[in-house]
Amino acid sequence: MSQQKLVGRSVARREDPRLLSGRGRFVDDIALPGMLHAQFVRSTIAHGEIASVDLSAVRQVPGVVAAFTADDLELGDITAQLGRPLSEFVPTSMPVLARDKVRYVGEPLAIVVARDAYAAEDGLEAARVTYTTLPPVTSEEAALAPGAPLVHAEAARNTLVDVSLFATDGIDQVFESAPCVVDVETRTGRQNALPLETRGAVAHWDDREEQLVLHTCTQIPHQVRTVAARCLRLDERAVRVVVPDMGGGFGQKCVVGREEIAAAAAALRLRRPVKWIEDRKDALSASFLAREQHYQVRAAFDADGRILGLDADVVCDMGAYSCYPFTAGIEPLMASAEMPGVYKVPAYRVRGRAVTTNKAPTAPYRGVSRPQYVMVVERLFERAARELGLDPVEIRRRNVITDFPYTGVNNITYDPGSYLESLNLCEQLVKDEGWYGKQDAATAEGRHIGIGYACFSERTGYGSAAFAQRKMQVVPGFDISEVRMDTSGAVTVTTGTMSHGQSHETTMAQIVADELGLDIAKVRLHQGDTDRITYGFGTFASRSITIGGSAVRLAAAKLGDKLRAIAAARWDIDPDDVELTDGVARRRDDASDVLSYEDIADIAYLQAHLLPKDIEPGLTAAATFDVFNDGTFSNATHGVVVELHEGTGRVEILRYVCVEDCGVAINPQVVEGQCRGGIAQGIAGALFEQVTYDDQGEPSATSFMDYKVPTAHEIPDVLIHHLETPSAFTETGAKGAGEGGTIGAPAAVLNAVNDALRATGVELDNTPVTPETVHRALHLEAPS
Amino acid sequence: MTEETAVSEKELQLLVLDVNGEQHEVITEPRRTLVDVLRHDLRLTGTHVGCEHGICGACTVLVDDRPVRACLMFAAQAEGARIRTVESLSDGDRLGDLQRAFSAHHGLQCGFCTPGFLMLAEGFLAERPEATKDEIREVVAANLCRCTGYQTIVEAIDGCATARRQACANLCDSKER
Repeated sequence: MSQQKLVGRSVARREDPRLLSGRGRFVDDIALPGMLHAQFVRSTIAHGEIASVDLSAVRQVPGVVAAFTADDLELGDITAQLGRPLSEFVPTSMPVLARDKVRYVGEPLAIVVARDAYAAEDGLEAARVTYTTLPPVTSEEAALAPGAPLVHAEAARNTLVDVSLFATDGIDQVFESAPCVVDVETRTGRQNALPLETRGAVAHWDDREEQLVLHTCTQIPHQVRTVAARCLRLDERAVRVVVPDMGGGFGQKCVVGREEIAAAAAALRLRRPVKWIEDRKDALSASFLAREQHYQVRAAFDADGRILGLDADVVCDMGAYSCYPFTAGIEPLMASAEMPGVYKVPAYRVRGRAVTTNKAPTAPYRGVSRPQYVMVVERLFERAARELGLDPVEIRRRNVITDFPYTGVNNITYDPGSYLESLNLCEQLVKDEGWYGKQDAATAEGRHIGIGYACFSERTGYGSAAFAQRKMQVVPGFDISEVRMDTSGAVTVTTGTMSHGQSHETTMAQIVADELGLDIAKVRLHQGDTDRITYGFGTFASRSITIGGSAVRLAAAKLGDKLRAIAAARWDIDPDDVELTDGVARRRDDASDVLSYEDIADIAYLQAHLLPKDIEPGLTAAATFDVFNDGTFSNATHGVVVELHEGTGRVEILRYVCVEDCGVAINPQVVEGQCRGGIAQGIAGALFEQVTYDDQGEPSATSFMDYKVPTAHEIPDVLIHHLETPSAFTETGAKGAGEGGTIGAPAAVLNAVNDALRATGVELDNTPVTPETVHRALHLEAPS
Repeated sequence: MTEETAVSEKELQLLVLDVNGEQHEVITEPRRTLVDVLRHDLRLTGTHVGCEHGICGACTVLVDDRPVRACLMFAAQAEGARIRTVESLSDGDRLGDLQRAFSAHHGLQCGFCTPGFLMLAEGFLAERPEATKDEIREVVAANLCRCTGYQTIVEAIDGCATARRQACANLCDSKER
């Protein structure tokens, strides 16, 4: 009798019509009366003391309205904290505009506000900044070298984070006595998350509301509100952060940006709307970057290929500043906590460090350290398989966790997943397509085809417990949802999460529609407005559908209880004898007796005198959800076939297979979109994208000519197969699906490349694997 | 130097632009790009800006039926040409077939690059309605998308092209009968 459930179906996206017809509203689409345009005077050197910032000529440029330095605006600093001792974490502050010192090329020094963006850029040309230059620190080695110049005076040895989370007793003996010990040293390139929409904001002071309204494309609106209020010394109530449509984020927009705060300060000072839109050059060189890490890891195995121990040293080059709210601990702490991954590792030791350098600062980027450590661990297994003469899939089979829940050496309890099933199925899919035979045939012809895998899991739904363990001062855990039904029976639902392409308007509505037996067209999601949403931590760490979606479902269920209670009172029956379906309340004992939601809403709002005494007027409900255990783990195996081209060193991906398990897929098409997009970004990191710096700290990538974003030429079609191990403790059974693609791709691609290189004796462990590297490897004689 | 590089009010010029079949008069600086005039002077904000140096293609519009990077063209250069933007693809609330194909194939996520891909495909399919999927992939490689991995964009355009050819064939069949 009841209508077909929407959860689990690829229902059409609610977002699409406006985005397809040019009627979305992105931050640069906002135009307010009297609006001015801001750009930033930025440091041209990597490291130095600021001797003077002279803006007098700037202010004379036609069209320029105002220009401010740090001293002019007197803003509070942005300071991210971990609750760890100084020996483990050194807090540093990021001023909104550089005050005494500049620490990277592109660091904002002054804001220029003009009648249009062209005039603002004219103004930049007239700025005169003088520096006392200091020697720049441009690499991890330089940062850690004795006597190195200090990026922050308070951070000795340029070390912001130095944490040794685990050291199993007797691990040295394990390595001494193990029949097989392999090691891997890996460096991964500095990447840009690269949302196609650059960062931007429009700020204005609303006299009527006595409120600063900050439209900004952020994944974390409430955190931006907190920081803006503190820096501007306003009550939080006096700041409203509104997020329009967002053109991607991928982590780069889940930290608080200095420019959005400076634009707000200028709007406050000038009492005129101020817009800042980051240009691509600044986005590439002066925004938040990620992923530059150095791993030195070894693993011990027994003669059968069972892992005995994992010993890791991880150093992350976090650039010039700690990001808010995550701090420079984001990458080393993630790697340290999670590295054993899908494998039964009995002994584990890890040291994770974050160093500060004179490069643009870093933010979490889709996957956060997991693309790197998965790559390292998967390389270790491949190397051990070679040493022991085992099949690389078989050695994984012998080591993956199969009995759940499993509590690892890293004190994490893994909930049920399909690690072994995904591995077997992925291998089978590659076999069924005949790739092993094609590889043999190609080898016989002197071509270089390789097959590689990555088997991994991904913790999603980090709740308060997990983030508290990291000792973050801001513990992003819970989410709140509020649901309201109006007299037409339509529902408004809020979430504290913030979609920037993930289709929350659709998937959250599917959950609510199912819970209330409503047509999805009757459900509308609100997100990204600190005045409309009580509180929320935003979207990152694949938390939205797990935590946000659970809150939404609980709130909808509460509203359902109220609908049933009102209907039951009208019929004088027990609420349990009322079911909600097809937009009506129906008596279970007499299906012909129905009350439409409009009828119930009429009573709740317009004829409240009819309500029983214990039921309050109105149709609203609110619920919170948090995860009090170690979260829920999605998992996947990726299988990749590559061909290396001798003449050019090009790595061509011939086939990409992904077997993924994110529990209940609310909307399978959306999940597949997340997989494919994530894999594309993982391939980008494995083969193409890198920001390098010269010895003066000048970034190499300031345009898309230098930063090679892969196109439809380079990114292959992906065959996706779903497995479904529902999460036991999210309200929908869903696990997170946002990051897995990015996590698995670098490892699988690198393993395939190395498989293709097996005749050469060369093994490549650093990313990106460039054509030059491959060309060189293919033209070396194999060591005899 | 500042005085030399600055643009004074006197250098404003009057342009007449034909956009989506409507004539628009714009008073602007000669240095203003077509995409800025479309977005900020005419308030046709469907066309987006992703790089301002002609690589990403988010700003793609049709100029005399051919896909053009509107960030690399001055508005003044578009005078006398027929300009079409993403806003021309739908009829009120009714999406066109290409737009519907993008939705059906999940060819967009954040939607920021989408108008550029739509106009690129609109121009390309008009010129080569018989395009193969490989040719479509080749053209899709002209623009950047960070969300989809491109597969569903290629499939959407191919699906639209296939459906158009089928509709055309059906029409011919029915005429022959």
